[in-house]
Amino acid sequence: MNQREKVVEIRNLVKSFGDLDVLKGVDLDLFREENLVVLGKSGSGKSVLIKIMVGLLRQDSGKLQVFGQEVINLRKKELNALRLKIGFSFQNSALYDSMTVRENMEFPLVRNEKNLTRKEINRRIEELLDSVGLPQTINQMPSELSGGQKKRIGVARTLILNPEIMLYDEPTAGLDPITCGDINNLILEVRERYKTSSIVITHDLACAKQTGDRMAVLLDGQFNAIGTFDEVFPNATDERIKSFYDYNFINS
Amino acid sequence: MAVEADDRKPLLSKKIDKFFTGLADAWNFVRRFFQEVFMPPYEFKEVIHQCYRIGVESLPLISLTGFIVGIVFTNQSRPSLSEFGAASWLPSLISIAVVRAMGPLVTALIAAGKVGSSIGAEIGSMKVTEQIDAMEVSATNPFKFLVVSRVLATTLMIPLLVMYTDFVALMGSFLSVNKNEMVSMSTFFVQVFEAITFLDVTSSLFKSILFGFTIGIVGCYKGYNSSKGTEGVGRAANAAVVMAMFLIFIEELLVLQLVNAIRGM
Repeated sequence: MNQREKVVEIRNLVKSFGDLDVLKGVDLDLFREENLVVLGKSGSGKSVLIKIMVGLLRQDSGKLQVFGQEVINLRKKELNALRLKIGFSFQNSALYDSMTVRENMEFPLVRNEKNLTRKEINRRIEELLDSVGLPQTINQMPSELSGGQKKRIGVARTLILNPEIMLYDEPTAGLDPITCGDINNLILEVRERYKTSSIVITHDLACAKQTGDRMAVLLDGQFNAIGTFDEVFPNATDERIKSFYDYNFINS
Repeated sequence: MAVEADDRKPLLSKKIDKFFTGLADAWNFVRRFFQEVFMPPYEFKEVIHQCYRIGVESLPLISLTGFIVGIVFTNQSRPSLSEFGAASWLPSLISIAVVRAMGPLVTALIAAGKVGSSIGAEIGSMKVTEQIDAMEVSATNPFKFLVVSRVLATTLMIPLLVMYTDFVALMGSFLSVNKNEMVSMSTFFVQVFEAITFLDVTSSLFKSILFGFTIGIVGCYKGYNSSKGTEGVGRAANAAVVMAMFLIFIEELLVLQLVNAIRGM
């Protein structure tokens, strides 16, 4: 498989909410088995970008292709087929709070792979909980889990459908530094083990440095710099990127 | 004065726009329900789970309320009937009142408060915590799982709860009649069944189905369209109750007109 095969291609993407222009002509590529980190201030449109990618939002104009398919043109059935290839880890984990961890994991699995036996379902759930290091939580309710555990279970739930692309929305937001480190390691492990391509949305530079192959900085609705961490940050000339870097590293 | 009128105009126009947009949204929501309810896959397990929650968990409240309504209505009606020496008509009067109006109305209003608000709050909270989006991106149908199952459950369970309320209210009434008029249970229920007609029972059933559907669809609609934040969840729960109660009274009035028209034929 070609390592530079594009799995996501975004060209001149525009999205507004009323009078507020969030994305003003965004261009971006994600390559196979790459971890791409999208950085930007809160409210800069990072989450909007990945929500358009899975069809939760629709762009106003521009092109967004995933595996060569224009997401906005897909019918419901085709969109669902594409969504099976994309795992979305939400900022607040979005675990179904009326279900146990097992039921959370089962929910997408039994609805998308109808021919599985109970034994096979259990095996896949246990295997994934093992891989995120939380086999003991299987019968717990989300309210009994810590923030870091919820994030891990959220990732495990998305992995149960064997996605080819992982989208992480603020994976380290609201977590202590040690748990942040654990989540960053998990993101790297997922890529290693499941050969996924990932987009990590964050404003945490430590997370970006640890997990990302490339960084893309979203400022004022456009990507101002795309490259490796060292290319984008330490010698940044753009004052906004520089202040973003200084704020993260000097204040932390 | 002219300036004030100009200031009001856009606000009024916005409110009218909002009203009709809301109406169109609600219509589309109801239409989507009817499109999805017959299409596989079916969420049988969730429907049964919701039936249990809505039906069985409402029983204690419904039992107490129905029983009290039966006793109170009997005790309130007795003096008026006794004035005309018609206290023996109490079972007939109570049965007609309970089966035709009070049973369905009391059950629906209690269910709107208990079940409607809980549906609105639950779905609203799932919406603001992105749980509905999480279902959507995992290629499952949250509308079918959350909305269709709950609306089906309320539509099925409210008529059963109404029948139960009718029975409990009549038992409450019987206790009062038995204590004061020394009427036996068999005599009481013979009079009850003599007074009610097939039309009374079918119209009551029809109303109950309508009320159940209304409670479910309004709760789901308000929850599904709740705005961001915890305040939005509270508003959704509150709006679900207020709107459902309002619609229940309107439906009661319309069905009454329809039944009276049938009776007059």
